[in-house]
Amino acid sequence: MTALVSLRRVTKSYVRGKQKVEVLHGVDLDIRAGEFLALMGPSGSGKTTMLNLIAGLDQPTSGEVIVGDSRIDKLSRGALSDWRARNIGFIFQFYNLLPVLTAEANVEVPLLLTNLSRAQRRQRAQTALQLVGLADRAKHKPNELSGGQQQRVAIARAIVADPTLLVCDEPTGDLDRQNAEEIMNLLQALNRSQGKTIVMVTHDPRAAEYATRELHLDKGQLAHEEARHVA
Amino acid sequence: MKYFPLIWAGLWRKKARTIFTMLSIVVAFLLFGLLQGINQGFNQAVQNLNVDRLYTSAKTNMTDGLPYAYAARIKGVQGVRAVSHWTYFGGYYQESKNVIPAFSTDAEALFQVYRELTIKPEYLEAMKRTRTGALVGEKLAQQYHWKIGDRVPIGTSIWTDKQGSNTWQFDIVGTFEVPSAGMPSFYFNHDYFDEAAAFGNGVVHYYIVGIDSPTNATRISKEIDAMFENSTNETRTQTESAMMQMQLKQIGDINFIANSIVGAVLFTLLFLTANTMMQSVRERTSELAVLKTFGFSDGKVLGLVLTEAFLLCLFSAALGLVLAGLVFPALKPIFGDFKMPLVVVAMGAALAMLLALVSGLPPAWRARQLNIVDALAGR
Amino acid sequence: MKMWRQIGSVTAMNLRSIPQRLSTSLVIVIGIAGVVAVLVSVLAMSTGMIKTMNNTGRDDRALVLRNGSAAESGSVLSRDAVRLISDGAGIRRDVDGKPIVSAEGIRLVNMFKKGDGAEINVVLRGVGNKFQVLRPEFRILEGRMFNAAVNEIVVGKSAHAQFKGLAIGDRITTRGANWTVVGIFSSGGDSHESELLADIDTLNSAERRGGGAQSVNVQLQSTAAFQAFKDSLTSNPALAVDVYRERDYYRQQSRTIGRVISVIAYVVGGIMAIGAIFGALNTMYSAVSARLQEIATLRALGFGSTAMVISVLSEALLLSCIGGAIGAVLAWLFFNGHVVSTGGTATGQLVFELTVSPQLVVTGIVWACVIGLIGGLFPAVRAARLPVATALRAI
Repeated sequence: MTALVSLRRVTKSYVRGKQKVEVLHGVDLDIRAGEFLALMGPSGSGKTTMLNLIAGLDQPTSGEVIVGDSRIDKLSRGALSDWRARNIGFIFQFYNLLPVLTAEANVEVPLLLTNLSRAQRRQRAQTALQLVGLADRAKHKPNELSGGQQQRVAIARAIVADPTLLVCDEPTGDLDRQNAEEIMNLLQALNRSQGKTIVMVTHDPRAAEYATRELHLDKGQLAHEEARHVA
Repeated sequence: MKYFPLIWAGLWRKKARTIFTMLSIVVAFLLFGLLQGINQGFNQAVQNLNVDRLYTSAKTNMTDGLPYAYAARIKGVQGVRAVSHWTYFGGYYQESKNVIPAFSTDAEALFQVYRELTIKPEYLEAMKRTRTGALVGEKLAQQYHWKIGDRVPIGTSIWTDKQGSNTWQFDIVGTFEVPSAGMPSFYFNHDYFDEAAAFGNGVVHYYIVGIDSPTNATRISKEIDAMFENSTNETRTQTESAMMQMQLKQIGDINFIANSIVGAVLFTLLFLTANTMMQSVRERTSELAVLKTFGFSDGKVLGLVLTEAFLLCLFSAALGLVLAGLVFPALKPIFGDFKMPLVVVAMGAALAMLLALVSGLPPAWRARQLNIVDALAGR
Repeated sequence: MKMWRQIGSVTAMNLRSIPQRLSTSLVIVIGIAGVVAVLVSVLAMSTGMIKTMNNTGRDDRALVLRNGSAAESGSVLSRDAVRLISDGAGIRRDVDGKPIVSAEGIRLVNMFKKGDGAEINVVLRGVGNKFQVLRPEFRILEGRMFNAAVNEIVVGKSAHAQFKGLAIGDRITTRGANWTVVGIFSSGGDSHESELLADIDTLNSAERRGGGAQSVNVQLQSTAAFQAFKDSLTSNPALAVDVYRERDYYRQQSRTIGRVISVIAYVVGGIMAIGAIFGALNTMYSAVSARLQEIATLRALGFGSTAMVISVLSEALLLSCIGGAIGAVLAWLFFNGHVVSTGGTATGQLVFELTVSPQLVVTGIVWACVIGLIGGLFPAVRAARLPVATALRAI
């Protein structure tokens, strides 16, 4: 089975002051379409860095990153931008909604980069909000929504352009248990019924249980793996 | 534009800050509109003056006067349509504070030189027949309730008549409409004046020369002055606008003052606006990073911030200029019929764009250069 | 006592943290500096002009003009009139027994400014032979006084500074003659320093005008003698004159222009001040917003609202005063002592020094403080009224 995402001998190092810090030491990874992958590990393990590489937010120091048919490690900054617009939906720990826009307008933002008409954008945003169960809150501003609701709007925003890959960085990090469960259920539903490929970084073992595959990183290398059966 | 909601969102993130910045810009451009409007208004008034008229006065100083005999010689210059003259009377009516801008003149020639003044032919006739006749501007006549046929006493501190009196009697024989504010509006016959005055006879202050075509203005001026060069009464001939400019300059360098004030204002404004934009972008680091995450290119993000700056500045500047334009009619008593000159609007627009560019570019550039990973990590 | 201590410590904290908010704080300082600089500069014009005019003239000297003249230039007095005036009551006599009077007449001469070459009407004043006795403030700085019956003139130091061609040895041309500059004078900083002086009889004969003058200036025996002098002239049927105390006359002349300049200064300054208030509001609101957690914490700890308000206001005031001081200093640096000429055509021009007086500086700083206070008021109240709970949650 061909992988949707492949990392081959990927290393990533930063220069901090005078020191060179290597965060990822030659990682190899294949992610198949339809997988729900949880990336776990202690802080400093490089999991967020790996997420950023997969999402095209950053480029490796050496090695290959292949998503679909593209060698995204070879794309220019501008091309990478375009690539992300078409292929990535991102969900952040702190939601990162634009405070002055309504939920609906927030969800529409990724669609502004497409050629869709205003009506079509409106339509898609509505659909996405319905999918996350917040159609009735379309006109609300973020400060009128609870944390869980904001994250759901963020999810709607992440899927509205129908991306190849959903990338999540600690999606439940700022939520209480009940809301966290709701979010994880939603993500799982998106994965199972819509077939969305999801890569999620988390340090919450309960969140990781919703995934189909669990990977642990330690000190920049893949430590061990746990597979889960699709129920 | 479809990005408008995003730009709007960026502007109104901190309502108070945006409103105060906008208000500052409005006020600054209100001031700009007023000052430059007045400045340009003067310039335009000067340009609009008639170039088919020349003014000849004594080279040493206008108050020195020229001999009456010069009239015929000036008339003889090729291209001269008509020659009239003014001698300043300096009159007042009843009290010295009721100033009457009165001049003795050759009335018929005067209205030939000032082609734009209209007067009924019968008034000119009456003026010729009545030695003590006077022609009065309509507004002036209304102000003092004078009617045709009235005999009015005009006092003067300068001219004593041969009987030793300083009050001269004139019979009003006609009125005329005065189009602009500065035009003198009380004229009487030079013959009467010259004969009756106890001194200063045979002298006029200005020769007003009507010429056939403005293109000949320079040539005719030179010829007139050359005619009287090296005589005891040398002349200097200027066009109306040159004369007006000279008089304006006497008041002071208005241009310089207006520009200096505007310069100071705009400089402080620049600082304010730049600060606002910079703050706004700094606060939105994570939001801009998110946009980039979703595929907004570096260039697009630069464009968004820059457009914000432009919207802010242009809208506020426009408001300020509109307000200035509204104030202009209130200045009518000083400047006469005054509308906001279009050139000022254009200058204002250009300045607003410059303001937007200078205050918006650094933060926009910063937004462009934003590194997603660092920004999201809070670095 | 406790409140004062509260206020003191909160204010100190505020002020100490200003360097962190430097660029925003600079907005107030620069904005207000601009307003004050412009205001003070423009007012310096009217201050300078009024100072010059006020310096001109003394209360124990009188000026006589033809009845109905608005100004000297519009007056004409015959030789006989001059003689009658010189016989008036209350005039001090010189050691030679003659009355101390100076019959004077003015002509306008076209001169060109040194800087931009603009053409200006300059006053050439013919004066009587008792001129120097009449005006003890008159002093020759360079060269010498002119000799009568010769075509010589002396020029005032302001005129010398402003216009081309007025150095000693230069010649100027009037209608009737050429005149040589033989000296430069000062006269106590009054309006005569913008003039050229010649002997009146020499001037009259050069221009082939009859004898006579436009004004007669008279030294009275005392300040109180003015009324007697005036009555003796107005009751004389052969004379039709207006009599003024010299200082009153010059003050009157400057009043209109002075008023116009003041109006312009306050209108422009006022508009700029409004703009500056918005700038100040902006800065202070930001300052308060930036320190929400600090303020909330302090309030939670028990610091009262008054302390909050005063601390914000004092920050605003401090910044405004600095801005005002900078503006005043800028105005002083650039414009104090700057020689300016202005005036209408009929009366000749007036040359005077822009004067940034201590009063003006105070005015400037007062304006700065008012702007700062208004700009700081709403944010200050906001800081005081902030619901502590919401603010703490925002942390």
